Amino acid sequence: MSIKVRYFASLKESIGRSEDHLEFANLATVGDVWRCANPNKALPDNILAAVNMDYVELNGTVKDGDEVAFFPPVTGG
Amino acid sequence: MNIKISAEPFDPWREIQAHQHSAKEMAGKFGATNIFIGTMRDFNEGDDVKGMMLEYYPGMTEKQLEKIIAEALRQWPVIDALVVHRVGDILPNEPIVLVAVWTSHRGDAFDASRYIMEALKSRAPFWKKELLKSQAERWLVKNTDGYL
Repeated sequence: MSIKVRYFASLKESIGRSEDHLEFANLATVGDVWRCANPNKALPDNILAAVNMDYVELNGTVKDGDEVAFFPPVTGG
Repeated sequence: MNIKISAEPFDPWREIQAHQHSAKEMAGKFGATNIFIGTMRDFNEGDDVKGMMLEYYPGMTEKQLEKIIAEALRQWPVIDALVVHRVGDILPNEPIVLVAVWTSHRGDAFDASRYIMEALKSRAPFWKKELLKSQAERWLVKNTDGYL
């Protein structure tokens, strides 16, 4: 299954790219998506995750075609 | 209900006026309008700030704002609501956010607009990067609780 991964703000700068496109053969969680995309970097503390633009926990599963996003705590307003 | 993400400076007073003018069905129905405007300061955490870049997540930002407004509508009898938020490069004294809520009575207007604003601060995907007078840049790490 194909997963699009997006990164925002300081996280995007620290890993040096704004998105990845991954292929998974088996069922994957949001945490698996991070580990596959960033095998040498632990997910930083406080990073938030979303699937298809809704907040999720890291143990949530993803399905083919999902857009997974990782980003730091929000600071709007 | 209206949500706007603006890459250009906006005038909150014109936005309120235009919205109220176009929403003719609420004329005579509302007795209270509560308005919150957040404006960029030229100082933060003891430093002089000369500019700001506001990033967002197109699609998710609007989706989360819609959810927040829907939550407010379930809790209070809101007649109408308007949220405008700037993105992109912002200068001190420019408005960043406008939340306006129209209700029959003032209590609901105060409560619903505060709910929308506080939820926006903690859940709507926007990120601020400050440009300091010293030329240093820094991402804000988290919003304060707003009452310190």
